[in-house]
Amino acid sequence: MTIPIKSVHPEAEYAAFLAEGRFMVQRSASTGEAVFFPRVAQPVTGRDDLEWVEASGAGSLYSFTVVRNKPPAADYIIALVDLNEGVRMMSRLIDCHPETLSIGMPLQARIGDVDGVPAVLFQPVEGASA
Amino acid sequence: MTGFPRGRAAVVGAATFGIDSKPGYSAIELLAKAAFAAIADAGLAPSDIDAVFSMLPEDPFSAMSVPEYLGIRPRVVETTRTGGSAFQIQAMWAALALDAGLCNAVLICYGSNQRSGAGGLVRSGGAPFPFEAPYKPRNPTTSYALVAKRHMHEYGTTREQLAEVAVAARKWAQLNPDAYMRDPLSIDDVMNARMVSDPLTVRDCCLVTDGAAAVVMTRSDRARDLPNRPAYLLGAADATWHRNISTLKDVTLTAASDAAPRAFAQAGVKPADIDVVELYDAFTINTILFLEDLGFCPKGEGGRFVADGAIAPGGRLPVNTNGGGLSCVHPGMYGLFTMVEAVTQLRGVAGDRQIADAKLALAHGNGGVLSSQAVTIWGTEETL
Repeated sequence: MTIPIKSVHPEAEYAAFLAEGRFMVQRSASTGEAVFFPRVAQPVTGRDDLEWVEASGAGSLYSFTVVRNKPPAADYIIALVDLNEGVRMMSRLIDCHPETLSIGMPLQARIGDVDGVPAVLFQPVEGASA
Repeated sequence: MTGFPRGRAAVVGAATFGIDSKPGYSAIELLAKAAFAAIADAGLAPSDIDAVFSMLPEDPFSAMSVPEYLGIRPRVVETTRTGGSAFQIQAMWAALALDAGLCNAVLICYGSNQRSGAGGLVRSGGAPFPFEAPYKPRNPTTSYALVAKRHMHEYGTTREQLAEVAVAARKWAQLNPDAYMRDPLSIDDVMNARMVSDPLTVRDCCLVTDGAAAVVMTRSDRARDLPNRPAYLLGAADATWHRNISTLKDVTLTAASDAAPRAFAQAGVKPADIDVVELYDAFTINTILFLEDLGFCPKGEGGRFVADGAIAPGGRLPVNTNGGGLSCVHPGMYGLFTMVEAVTQLRGVAGDRQIADAKLALAHGNGGVLSSQAVTIWGTEETL
């Protein structure tokens, strides 16, 4: 378990963590509720006790679509992922074929990049199904 | 007490211009052609207009540049930037401003040359969202595709049902000489078209056209002295739930479900009373979602509701009688065109696509990626 890090400049800090290969999400120190996307305060309540914690990286597939491209550009899969922390994010699915995907299936995060920009990506958990 | 001045303001003039693509015109030139035509249609002079509610996708300062171009010095301006729903919201504010006596004649106007000028989608979406943009969704299509996929998963909606929406829109367009695409279109044509972002093919997506539209609104007492049959604004409400699709908790339920009951309550009518429905169909999934969220069918039943030509000419509910954003016109923001078509139907001048004895029309606007939802309900004199 990592020690929580106070969140001051959420957008820049999220990107800096990613560049270090770390997937971090915000959490309210008082309620333990996760927040994504990163903000200066918790939406709805305005609670400003947000801190950074390491994301588990575990989640499930909420929806997905294959973005089609003209060759030689490759198609890619855009997904909405529900993290086990209780928040949702957009991502890309990697190392899988669209035909093998089903909504609800478990996913695991991996830090990678999209065209050289660090990003949290997901792949299906091996041997799992929805 | 709904707080809305039901029936106390009306559209008295309406016009469109450049739907058929007019290379060489700038966006504001297209807008001005429609604006002057709508003012003339109302039987008014430009000098009668004292409020200008405008929208140019690429001009954040249209509140000043449009009046300057038209030679009008408005006492009230408005430029709600909610995307395609802006015009329904402007109609709501127009009714309130007119009723309060802040102004006497409101011009609502829009123009875009996105097909012939920009050669593609107009960039009017603001700054990229740093928590989606790095993944390169092909927006707006990708966001709507994620919604369609989830709707199919939760409710058993099929690609054939999505295609029904496109086919119905095309059949209406074939009755509208102004519509941009009027060639025959089948379910198979839609499903076999080029896939853009699964499950949406290019024929599940709206057109990319030029186009401009404008309407003029006055208080109802004045409207009765002007040449056209007035279309009275009976109810108008909007709701905003998000900007980016990854932040909408249940993507199959839109803010239209919040706005619509308020608009219907203001108007004192229910969905079953509506004679003609004009929805913002940027994608085929939109029509299905909005039929549900506006109360025309239960949640999840939209796909089955549109099956077997139910919203096509001769079906059980006339939807998007001009051909919609899918087959008539979609110049970046389509919302004002749903109001122009509602007015045209209530005047009884819609030609081959006229709905007999249409008294109540709903004109809906959608902005962003299902983000802003706005509903207007219009009626003829006898609905007052």
